[in-house]
Amino acid sequence: MTTVPAKDDQEDIEATGGSGIADDPSEISLDPGAVLADSGVEELLATLDAELVGLAPVKTRIREIAALLLVEKLRAQVGLSAGPPSLHMSFTGNPGTGKTTIAMRMAEILHRLGYVRKGHVVAVTRDDLVGQYIGHTAPKTREVLKKAMGGVLFIDEAYYLYRPENERDYGQESIEILLQVMENQRDDLVVILAGYHDRMDRFFESNPGIRSRIAHHIDFPDYTPDELLAIARLMLDQMHYRLSVEAEAALVEYIELRRSQPSFANARSIRNALDRARLRQANRLVARRGQELTREELMTIEAQDIRASRVFGEEVQEPEAAVDDSAVRPS
Amino acid sequence: MRITQGTFSFLPDLTDDQIRAQIEYSLAQGWALSVEYTDDPHPRNTYWEMFGMPMFDLRDAAGVMAEIASARATFPDHYIKVNAFDSTHGVESLRLSFIVNRPEREPGFALVREEAAGRSIRYTVRSYAVDRPEGERYG
Repeated sequence: MTTVPAKDDQEDIEATGGSGIADDPSEISLDPGAVLADSGVEELLATLDAELVGLAPVKTRIREIAALLLVEKLRAQVGLSAGPPSLHMSFTGNPGTGKTTIAMRMAEILHRLGYVRKGHVVAVTRDDLVGQYIGHTAPKTREVLKKAMGGVLFIDEAYYLYRPENERDYGQESIEILLQVMENQRDDLVVILAGYHDRMDRFFESNPGIRSRIAHHIDFPDYTPDELLAIARLMLDQMHYRLSVEAEAALVEYIELRRSQPSFANARSIRNALDRARLRQANRLVARRGQELTREELMTIEAQDIRASRVFGEEVQEPEAAVDDSAVRPS
Repeated sequence: MRITQGTFSFLPDLTDDQIRAQIEYSLAQGWALSVEYTDDPHPRNTYWEMFGMPMFDLRDAAGVMAEIASARATFPDHYIKVNAFDSTHGVESLRLSFIVNRPEREPGFALVREEAAGRSIRYTVRSYAVDRPEGERYG
């Protein structure tokens, strides 16, 4: 289990205190623009657009949800309450499509709009919720729920909670506690379930109670090769590396090949490939003992660093590819 | 007789909002909260029963409030207190401890005299509540 704290912990008191509602009713601003600017959500959405490649349908849904929450807030200010909106979500998509990343951003957006008090994310999997013997599951699940209060509980690979092949599985117990809290303490926490599309569908089919309590189902599409290349550039940029022209061509080829292979995990595969390319680049540079290295050389990943990958199969005959790729398997 | 143990015990009972504010403060200090109960009000009874495990890594008071609510539902006629433990190296002890639930009627204490050697008298106190066995003392 990992807990990611909210970025702006200092603002907590402010956020819990007034949730932005002015004392004097004549001073209430009903201009969505003003409230948006006030909450800082607009910048968040802008960084979301800038930092995350692709994912157009996901971004649209997030904008819609943010707009709904904003309007709810304005409605509440003039006394048009529709009750707290249900914010539980399900993220479905293939591995490496950015579900966890989006969950972190979502927590921040909800926090800025005052729908969760603390805005931290507690990421768990089945192991953190389900116990190993009778009577172990309930306290374990409750403990996790308590930690997530005031923030977002992100359950990765949520379909593992339900194991139809074993009717005595403790997962069901965990689901029941989860449902109870999702229903009764909606102001206290937001639950996000994530998993692969087909398995989540089956999970929801066998647990209609959960499906009906989740308002927002968001599907994460796979990345196109162009988007993957853009992601690779972004990652390298953040790590202060750059690709030579030939290396970029090699990477395009690599992405094409890797996509058709099994266990392709979108952005995650790209990150792993880049990590291995860095490894080979480092090895190549170290092999050139006795020479001064330039800043440029330290930054540049060459085509041979990428072409040494297993994905290219037997095509590689370059003598420079000294790195033993069997020790660094592609994921 | 209203017993006065722990912080705030000379004040009127804290409301839930006040309790929540105290817990928020404790969490902001990085202290771990726990809930304990007892029906032996003796002032030297420092070891109360734990109600569930101490709660570490909490961010929000809602979890503790839920635990207090469940403790009150289980033991409506017991004393229930909330402890805040500071694990900082060199401190490692309770920073804050206050009662959040007390029985409807608190019968108070009797003065007990014990004849000791040499006609000296030892004094102690004994709660009227503990005349009855544990679990049946109040209500």
